Amino acid sequence: MTFLAKPKLHHPELHKNSLGFTRRDYEGAISTLCAGCGHDSISAAIVRACFELELPPHRIAKLSGIGCSSKTPTYFLGASHGFNSVHGRMPSVLTGANLANRDLIYLGVSGDGDSASIGLGQFAHAMRRGVNMVYIVENNGVYGLTKGQFSATSDKGAKSKRGVVNSDEAIDLVGLALQLGATFVARSFSGDKAQLVPLIEAALQHEGSAFIDCLSPCVAFNNHEGSTKSFDYVREHNAAVNFLDVIAGREEIVVDYPPGSVETVTQHDGSTLRLRKLHTDYDMHDRVSALTYMQERHAAGEIVTGLLYVDPNPRDLHGHLKTSDTPLNALRDESLVPGASALAKINAGLR
Amino acid sequence: MLQQIDRVTKGGDRLQRVNDFVVKFANVNGSGSASANALFAKAVLRMGIAATPRNIFPSNIQGLPTWYEVRISDAGHLAARGGGPDLMVAMNPQTWDQDVKSIEPGGYLFYDNTKPMSEEKFRSDIVVIGVPLTAIANKAYDDSRQRQLFKNIVGLGALSALIEMDPAVIETLLAEQFKGRDKLIAANVQALHMGRDWVKQNLDCPIGLTLKHANTVGDRIFIDGNSAAALGAVYGGATVCAWYPITPSSSLAEAFIRYCGRMRVDKATGKNNFAIVQAEDELASIGMVIGAAWNGARAFTATSGPGISLMQEFVGLAYFAEIPAVIFDVQRAGPSTGMPTRTQQTDITACAYASHGDTKHVLLIPEDPYECFQFGALAFDLADRLQTPIFVMLDLEIGMNDRLTKPFDWDDSRTLDRGKVMTAEDLEAGKLFGRYLDVDDDGIAYRTLPGTHPTKGAFFTRGTSKDRMARYSEEGADYQENMERLLKKHNTARSLVPPAIERKAEAPTRLGAIYYGSTSPAITEADLLLAAQGIHLDLLRVRGFPFGEEVAAFIEAHDRVFVVEQNRDGQLRSLLINELEIDPRRLGKVVHYDGTPISARFIAGAIASRIEKAVS
Repeated sequence: MTFLAKPKLHHPELHKNSLGFTRRDYEGAISTLCAGCGHDSISAAIVRACFELELPPHRIAKLSGIGCSSKTPTYFLGASHGFNSVHGRMPSVLTGANLANRDLIYLGVSGDGDSASIGLGQFAHAMRRGVNMVYIVENNGVYGLTKGQFSATSDKGAKSKRGVVNSDEAIDLVGLALQLGATFVARSFSGDKAQLVPLIEAALQHEGSAFIDCLSPCVAFNNHEGSTKSFDYVREHNAAVNFLDVIAGREEIVVDYPPGSVETVTQHDGSTLRLRKLHTDYDMHDRVSALTYMQERHAAGEIVTGLLYVDPNPRDLHGHLKTSDTPLNALRDESLVPGASALAKINAGLR
Repeated sequence: MLQQIDRVTKGGDRLQRVNDFVVKFANVNGSGSASANALFAKAVLRMGIAATPRNIFPSNIQGLPTWYEVRISDAGHLAARGGGPDLMVAMNPQTWDQDVKSIEPGGYLFYDNTKPMSEEKFRSDIVVIGVPLTAIANKAYDDSRQRQLFKNIVGLGALSALIEMDPAVIETLLAEQFKGRDKLIAANVQALHMGRDWVKQNLDCPIGLTLKHANTVGDRIFIDGNSAAALGAVYGGATVCAWYPITPSSSLAEAFIRYCGRMRVDKATGKNNFAIVQAEDELASIGMVIGAAWNGARAFTATSGPGISLMQEFVGLAYFAEIPAVIFDVQRAGPSTGMPTRTQQTDITACAYASHGDTKHVLLIPEDPYECFQFGALAFDLADRLQTPIFVMLDLEIGMNDRLTKPFDWDDSRTLDRGKVMTAEDLEAGKLFGRYLDVDDDGIAYRTLPGTHPTKGAFFTRGTSKDRMARYSEEGADYQENMERLLKKHNTARSLVPPAIERKAEAPTRLGAIYYGSTSPAITEADLLLAAQGIHLDLLRVRGFPFGEEVAAFIEAHDRVFVVEQNRDGQLRSLLINELEIDPRRLGKVVHYDGTPISARFIAGAIASRIEKAVS
């Protein structure tokens, strides 16, 4: 048996959202990842975010590449179409899917090997095109399915489980996403659901390229002493710049904050993000200073997390291409085929 | 001060031909000669005489020589004739020696003798025509750019007088080209007559090569295959194009951009009923095509050999996960970078069996722009119907040269065949949905598009093995059943691709020849040459893969069959042997692969010598 279906029995009193779905309706098959894998926490966070945002599951398309992280779309949103593509190439498949139907929500799930090693090119180009999507990298710094080789996000000096020290410089996907024009950039940690769920919710409502680098320790191959992607290491070095409290527009939660410490961002779709600033000097609307801040903190050994950059009014690929409001896959023959008389005119011009 | 005529004639017979000769222009890059050359070819066509131009160019932008060869044939032959030109318009000092050397004996050399060439630079068996084009242009114009541009028109005028090209036809073409810019029209017409007048006053006109109004063109149109294929994509309902620039396919995507701009912008909103992305590489191009087609849009990419190599993994995914995709492959000489600007039919095997694992793909092979249009549109129906990649196999010869072709036609009652897609209504009605369930026994299962139904019909698309219900499975039985169904689907394709077309010889014969694509006009002409020698061949033009029954029947019906191709290894011949289990000894290999288009002379010579050898 290579596929584990989840029993469909629900607790009768399970809370339903306004669409009549319970949280369980956003789940997928039973995970076949290792017990304790960070990726499963991210899957759970995606389930919760979609449930809380009351998204119709079938209006989400989930796409991935190859690797442990790319297997996870099987484990959430079972009522959504999924596409497990080829290694490192999810961004192009997602871009094409998005071109065909601008009305769905696109959720790309990838790993550090998938996006920073083999797929770095496609990652970069999807970001710079402004594809309207949520792109989550479940970053554990290691190849899990092939048993523990370093990936391109492994820090220089980090030690593998077998004791090999990585001598290559790490690729920082957050830095790249910022540089390449992603309009929503965040970093989080699979072990911090309180931070991660609102970030995913905000990203889902963002109408542009939203990137979340989510540190997600590999319990089998990269959770030991000497690793810089272990649960302990990430917890110790996590330095959140802000905390996304609520996605307003639905229920208002009134909390008192000291003046100047809360920032409200209204996204293009009308959703409002309220952020508690943990570092009052951090400006999440300034790409350049965000990049500088990241590099400074990285040099100091910190892992900066939170919503790092957001452009509340992004323009996406469809905006650049002036695509019709009707999804391209819904256009009928009469909008597509110019017909015999138009062809006769073309013929006449070719003599 | 104008130079004197230096018309040199020494011995030999001058070529005397009407409406049947080859003119070759040796160009200087950046001199603006291209438009004057095109005007020359078009004027021949407007006189009702079939003309086929070919751009011969290196992989370079500036500084290397290019040529433009026009075959004029009242008999309607469109293939490269082979051999040298009858009239060489030698405007490039850099290639002078080879250009002069290439002229057919008794042929003509036209050159700008503002600075006369010394006599040892000529041949004794050709006619040399010197016209001081630079001097004429310099005298008439002060501006250096004008001097350069109008010199080309002066040259065209001079040529037109020498070969009796109808000046009224050229004037009409100029009026069309510069419509609404009357001053420009007048200036061009003036330059044209400057050249004509000079020649008439100073030289004996006409030369032995002349044009006469004819009626071989008929209602045919004149267009390149890449543009025709792009237009086919518009009519085939393509909405997503993802491409990466590569010679000789770039102009296909660019033509799609052009046609969409004209025909696919919504008049009310000004918005585009299409999306075109220039991707970062060929991997991303095909990835986008697959993503878009998975999501129900008709999508394509255009590429050439190196791109095909890069796309292999994705093509395997589309085959195995059963996603429609259309790939236009405008073939060029390989392997590796090969000769990027030279023609070959060299990706047949690479496309038929693209990707690792057991795969077989559908190929459509057009012979000319008319079929590029037809197959360009058909490919999208087939891709949706068969849920698999469809390769449309052009080559540089068809793709990048303007060619006289049948006018395009379209039946307005035709609808786009979207294939087996289960709708929300179907699902709601309780129809059984299994993504890889062979309900109709044709190997083709129903698919659903993302976002169709709130609770039914979702499935997971993957490149890994799965069972009939699209669930991940590494069970041997599931895997094998799926692979067998894919084979069944490939067999279904056999009856959907355009069938091969047979043309019987005038006399009964046991000899046959199989050919495809751009070889078409050359073999048609070669057939006449061979028939004149008493060699009769039945001809079969293969237009698609998998092969239909008619292909096996043709081979069966002949003792000996020549497979004529433009690659080294006889790739289609190998495919025939492999797929139809033909005894290789029955299939003769006739291959031409030096990067120039195959000619009638070559085919006739090759086949005649094989037969002689066999007889002796």
